[in-house]
Amino acid sequence: MDVANVSETTPSEKNKRSSLDHRQKESIVAYVMLSPWIIGFLVFIAVPMFASLYLSFTSWDLFTPPRFIGFENYSELILDDRLFVKSIQVTLIYSVFSVPLQIAFGLGLAQLLNQKINALGMFRSIYYLPSVLSGVSIAIMFRWIFGTQYGLLNAGLGLLGIEPISWLGDPSIVMVSFIIMSSWGSGANMLIYLGALQNVPTELYEAAEVDGAGSFIKFFRITVPMITPVIFFTMINGIIAALQEFQTPFILTEGGPNNASLFMVLYLYRNAFQWFQMGYASAIAWLLFIFVLILSLLIVKSSSAWVHYEGSLRGR
Amino acid sequence: MTAKAEFIEEKNTSPRNLYEAFQRFMVYVILILGAIIVLFPFIWTLSTSLKYPEDIYQVPPQMIPEDVRWENYSDVLTKQPFGRWMLNSVMVVTISTFGMLASSSIVAFAFARLRFPGRDILFLIVLATMMLPSQVTLIPTFIMFRWLGWINTYLPITVPAFFARQAFFIFLLRQFFMTIPLDLDDAAHIDGANNFQVFWHIILPMSRPALGVAALMFAQAKWREFLPPLIYLQKRELLTAAVGLRQFLDPTYGTDWNLMMAANILFMIPIIITFYFTQRFLIQGIVITGVKG
Repeated sequence: MDVANVSETTPSEKNKRSSLDHRQKESIVAYVMLSPWIIGFLVFIAVPMFASLYLSFTSWDLFTPPRFIGFENYSELILDDRLFVKSIQVTLIYSVFSVPLQIAFGLGLAQLLNQKINALGMFRSIYYLPSVLSGVSIAIMFRWIFGTQYGLLNAGLGLLGIEPISWLGDPSIVMVSFIIMSSWGSGANMLIYLGALQNVPTELYEAAEVDGAGSFIKFFRITVPMITPVIFFTMINGIIAALQEFQTPFILTEGGPNNASLFMVLYLYRNAFQWFQMGYASAIAWLLFIFVLILSLLIVKSSSAWVHYEGSLRGR
Repeated sequence: MTAKAEFIEEKNTSPRNLYEAFQRFMVYVILILGAIIVLFPFIWTLSTSLKYPEDIYQVPPQMIPEDVRWENYSDVLTKQPFGRWMLNSVMVVTISTFGMLASSSIVAFAFARLRFPGRDILFLIVLATMMLPSQVTLIPTFIMFRWLGWINTYLPITVPAFFARQAFFIFLLRQFFMTIPLDLDDAAHIDGANNFQVFWHIILPMSRPALGVAALMFAQAKWREFLPPLIYLQKRELLTAAVGLRQFLDPTYGTDWNLMMAANILFMIPIIITFYFTQRFLIQGIVITGVKG
């Protein structure tokens, strides 16, 4: 459909002469150019996807041939494996708290920066810095900062007369530490919101001011609704990233204490690369994938209720 | 106060003006406080990296080390092969960035400029693969590379880039190519240029900023990449810096935090330097595509 339309609206000289020949040639060239991606897609995505789906129905330790066992991996994971259930809880708690907080902080910062601010560039770079460095080095940094005895955070709290907290050693607190750390890196969202805020038409604010609206009303009645498409986008991305969190727990706590920060991918990693249960680990990967799909779909479904598409923003 | 309010606006000192001045003041207070919170861990890391071991565990902690121990940085290079790991990373990043640019740009060109059957469906697949969690393909991919004998080589972490494995960069470049007027292609075709020539002589030279943004985003992510090098590289001297960093953590005998942090600083420096010199560029790219790297 689309293709036909394009050629109708822009009839170039050559198309008139020998349309079929030329079109065919163009298609061949296109597929030659696409070939790296097509090969990559087949070899690194499509075939491995089906292979892992098949493996998830087998028991395989890498050394003896895989044995088909039907849904056994799945039923064991869901019904019998306490650690797996734990890892779902951990991952969900993290996603449910860290994603909204990152959005709230990111939006707050963007709103503060979206005025005539001196040294705007400097603030923007500073807030964005954690996002470029994210990963291992930040996890290492926080492992040191969250230390119970000599950590900087407890030293600071000590000045306020607060007793040392075992940030990474107490099963009931460790997830709080993860959420604090993720909020600290809200700058990535800030940058995206800042771009969106600059697209909100100023007439809307002017009209609201005429009606006597204060800054709070303007923020919640104009700003937030106008940038909901972008919030929606960052929420989907944030959830997908949060569900796949691996290196932070791997470095910060190694899933401890007592598996209180055992994220799903960390559990997958252990099964696959420490215990060589490739079939079982593949089943975890597929359950994770299903989670990602369900949560994304829930957000997409809910979006019609809260995402506002202004004509001018529809192109995003 | 009165004088200041008058200075800001030439009205009288109505409560409204004072309120606005106060509001502006509070904005700066919050922004500066936030900036301190963000920067503090980095300053603390730098400070720790310059301390003597006995000063690390001082209570209350010294923010600025009394005695500076520069040898921490040379120790990092001698006690572990950290220099080698950094070089390994530089090599992996350079090769795979080149591969990503070469493959993604030509694929993006086909999607942006050519008409062919199945284009819309294929592009939809490109977008869908951006959402696919990499764990779903991880295990079979690992098994395939192991079967090929690629464990303890850099092939598993560089070769996929040559096949546009990360669809995001196809998407980014395609979006940019779409903004270049089609008239240019038509003019070149009339002069007898084929599509490869249009790609090479017209589109690529005009897309330097976009190619730069893509290369930067990719290179930074590659520098930090963790899980693939963790599973594919087991020989000590082959590690990349991102996984090598972990070797300084020692849960059994206690970590030498001054060395750990010196290594961490060395690891961060390339990213911070490239970020500093290219931030305008990067930030534009992120705002345009609306996606973080």
